[in-house]
Amino acid sequence: MALGRLALGTVGASRRVSLQRGLLFLCALVLLLLSEAVEPLGASGSPGGAGDSSGGSHGLQKGCEADVTKSKHPTNRTKKPFPVLSFDYEHVKTPFEISLWVLLASLMKLGFHLIPRLSSIVPESCLLIVVGLLVGGLIKVVGETPPVLDSQVFFLFLLPPIILDAGYFLPIRPFSENLGTILMFAVVGTLWNSFFMGGLLYGVCQIKGTDLNTVNLLACLLFGSIISAVDPVAVLAVFEEIHINELLHILVFGESLLNDAVTVVLYHLFEEYAGVGSVSILDVFLGVVCFLVVALGGVLVGAFYGILAAFTSRFTSHTRVIEPLFVFVYSYMAYLSAEVFHLSGIMALIACGAVMRPYVEANISHKSHTTIKYFLKMWSSVSETLIFIFLGVSTVAGNHSWNWTFVTVTIILCLVSRVLGVVGLTYVINKFRIVKLTTKDQFIVAYGGLRGAIAFSLGYLLDKSHFPMRDMFLTAIITVIFFTVFVQGMTIRPLVDLLAVKKKQETKRSINEEIHTQFLDHLLTGIEDICGHYGHHHWKDKLNRFNKKYVKKCLIAGERSKEPQLIAFYHKMEMKQAIELVESGGGVKLPSAVPSTVSMQNIQPKKPPSDRAIPQISKGREEEIRKILRNNLQKTRQRLRSYNRHTLVADPYEDGWNDLLFKRQKLMEIEKKMSKMSNYLTVPAAAPDSPTLSRARLASDPQAYSSKPTSDDLPTIKVDLASPQSPDSVNLVNEFQKAATQNDPDDDGGLVMKVPFADKDQGEQDNKKEQQRLMRCLSDPGPGGDEEEDEPFLP
Amino acid sequence: MGVFHSAPYEHEFHALAEKTGFSLEQISILHKRFMQLSHNEDSLRREDFKTISDLASNPIRFQIIEAFFDKRNFRQNGEGSVEEISFEQFLTVMSHFRPVPVHTMTEEQRESLRREKLRFLFNMHDTDNDGTITLEEYRRVVEELLSRSGALGKETAKGIADAAMLEVASVSVGHMEPDEFYEGITFDHFLKILNGIEIETRMHIRFLNMDTTNLCK
Repeated sequence: MALGRLALGTVGASRRVSLQRGLLFLCALVLLLLSEAVEPLGASGSPGGAGDSSGGSHGLQKGCEADVTKSKHPTNRTKKPFPVLSFDYEHVKTPFEISLWVLLASLMKLGFHLIPRLSSIVPESCLLIVVGLLVGGLIKVVGETPPVLDSQVFFLFLLPPIILDAGYFLPIRPFSENLGTILMFAVVGTLWNSFFMGGLLYGVCQIKGTDLNTVNLLACLLFGSIISAVDPVAVLAVFEEIHINELLHILVFGESLLNDAVTVVLYHLFEEYAGVGSVSILDVFLGVVCFLVVALGGVLVGAFYGILAAFTSRFTSHTRVIEPLFVFVYSYMAYLSAEVFHLSGIMALIACGAVMRPYVEANISHKSHTTIKYFLKMWSSVSETLIFIFLGVSTVAGNHSWNWTFVTVTIILCLVSRVLGVVGLTYVINKFRIVKLTTKDQFIVAYGGLRGAIAFSLGYLLDKSHFPMRDMFLTAIITVIFFTVFVQGMTIRPLVDLLAVKKKQETKRSINEEIHTQFLDHLLTGIEDICGHYGHHHWKDKLNRFNKKYVKKCLIAGERSKEPQLIAFYHKMEMKQAIELVESGGGVKLPSAVPSTVSMQNIQPKKPPSDRAIPQISKGREEEIRKILRNNLQKTRQRLRSYNRHTLVADPYEDGWNDLLFKRQKLMEIEKKMSKMSNYLTVPAAAPDSPTLSRARLASDPQAYSSKPTSDDLPTIKVDLASPQSPDSVNLVNEFQKAATQNDPDDDGGLVMKVPFADKDQGEQDNKKEQQRLMRCLSDPGPGGDEEEDEPFLP
Repeated sequence: MGVFHSAPYEHEFHALAEKTGFSLEQISILHKRFMQLSHNEDSLRREDFKTISDLASNPIRFQIIEAFFDKRNFRQNGEGSVEEISFEQFLTVMSHFRPVPVHTMTEEQRESLRREKLRFLFNMHDTDNDGTITLEEYRRVVEELLSRSGALGKETAKGIADAAMLEVASVSVGHMEPDEFYEGITFDHFLKILNGIEIETRMHIRFLNMDTTNLCK
């Protein structure tokens, strides 16, 4: 392993990369050999397999002459010298092997991206399968049996992270808008595929001369149902890289998720009855009922756990560190609970993630959100990598029974049935859609129907005694998977470019678009009400109102439950821009979406509108005011030194004067920048215990902060971006001027910045002047520049 | 109900179908609704709209009702507002929301459809009909949107409207001297800023699926 590390130590040219990979293989091999030498892995074994190896001897050779095995007699032992160094691999074998595989997978992934052009031509999934093939081949060459992808491991450990990642970040709006289409493709499309393929395969099997006569109808139908389901893992792996437009992405991806229920029912139905040999009408009817139960039951279980998670997250304000844990554990429990009853675990996971997300994200801190996001991405990435590598290894390892007819017919039928299904369904669907699916769209949907590891695992689960042709099935399944992933996966990207399919738009959502989207929603709801018909918008509106009135109050802590979506969106944009501001640090140019010199002063009307009466004050008076304010600013700056953690917005770097001075410097820079500020930092008032501020405050410190009940302790910097009357001036004012007049200075020794106004009408003037205020919500910058998320963490 | 009542209106409906693009069936359903709202009179007034209970919880109901009485939406290049509207005018306003099969259209047709729909929205915001949405008008829009959120709304609404205005100015005009003044959002700027939402595919209602049983409330 040291050799390997040495080679890995330097990032280099491709020669080094291949060298390091070769070394890695060798190391992995050596260690596998060692493990094999002790206990050969069975055909159904896997690194994460049964713990039978750890059962026997726990070699605790710690030097005492303690008994390890019960068969030894304590009396007749000779005294051995004290073992200074001993080798005991057994008791760490399983975790060791798991870690080794995970490490291998991750290093492979690393390696691919170091090779410059490879990742743009070949999708990652293909490369990983090839690696798996190589590793499997190596193991076989050495003479050991390579592990096969164990279905238990796959369904319980490898699949859930991927699905949870997909479900948690599912874009709800396009999903719900296209739900009808997605369901049609998922349910009807999969049914069509299964029966078409199963039926035709049976027909082919009956042809004399192919010696496939042993395959009966039900077995064929079972095979058809296994092979026809579009696989979410493969789809994700390929579609992530081609950046296709949102509609097509959600169609194919949604289909791959929702067809799980159909697959589960068909699989169990045919498996049950394949042994018996016949299916009656009652069974078919029960099958339909079962489908509804499986699908809806899965969704309900998921929603239940989702609500539990949301409710729990309401109370986590004092223990921020374990917030992500709740999200993960509740979701996993939803999956497992659904699996207990043979409901659709995938749908449960999706429902759980989608239901809990809006509420959980309103409750948790910014850091927890980041943690959840990155952990999910990390786990799903590792899972995906492992799955593909194991597919490769299993190909080498498994017993194969190759039958040319069967395999080729299967591949051809897969393609044909998919195309026919998509075309037929689109014809029907387009009658109900406003935005019709064009031929190009249909082609992509059909071509993007990739099969993957779920099909393989389902095939692997088949009982050999009931299905003597299981090996043939497995071979065919693997061939189809290879075909779809390699051929379709590799060619879809150039095809997308060739056909000029619309790609994903990278633009960020602007505040104007948000305003008008909401406006449009309300407008369309209103028009529907005027027409008197209860349409799509009406029900959506009703759901939103129900959500706002009852559900949010239950599930979201504190003030945020009342925050309307527009304001939430707006605060989020401000936060983002404030973070950008801080992170751009000493940069000259302010990072803004559109570089322009337009600032607030260009917008403010020159004449004050007639509905406000601003008392006009003389220039001299203004100067006086400004001088007073500046003096107080300096006083407060000196007071910054004695800040109290309960009053100042929390800073991630709590201790040290350096950071204080640093902060002061930043303060001054920020003030300078405010004069050139373009966009969003115009938050007027957030209550000090408003979730926005309390999240900013509590974000960095696991210890409890109690929000101050009084509202006047928060420092704010009010920056007057040149209202027409006065040039740049910096005012430090209290956020809530109402309390200003009644304040005692320094009541708790903390930083209390107050309005130092001498008399009342200056206070009034400040009340009425239109000024932009910067809120110091800069405590939680997050893990760095690439945190620019593509999906908002508030809906 | 049914054939008996629609007989006198048959040929008028045909003319209206030509003009507005609705189908005969849709027009007869809308006519029934019109009659129901106006209590079987020939014209609708603002008060009649207020009887719709579902509309009461809509934050922008006043703007919506105003839009029906706004001459600019009657496709006759008129201005100002009226006190009562006829069925034809009702239908004309409704026709802005008719679903159109977009994918069969050419680029210019799409563009003109988009302009038309955005013009409707623009007219809703530009209440004084001076051709621009000033800061005040925009503030009012945002305030109305947030009008259901209580005291929190007022201050933040101002801030949001200001930021939005700033964004429009930045995108449309780009560079302004410190003493220049941005008058307001013109229709072209409006088009530009809302390019991202595909309004031609979103701003429609499925008149096909209207449930006539609802009209007999």
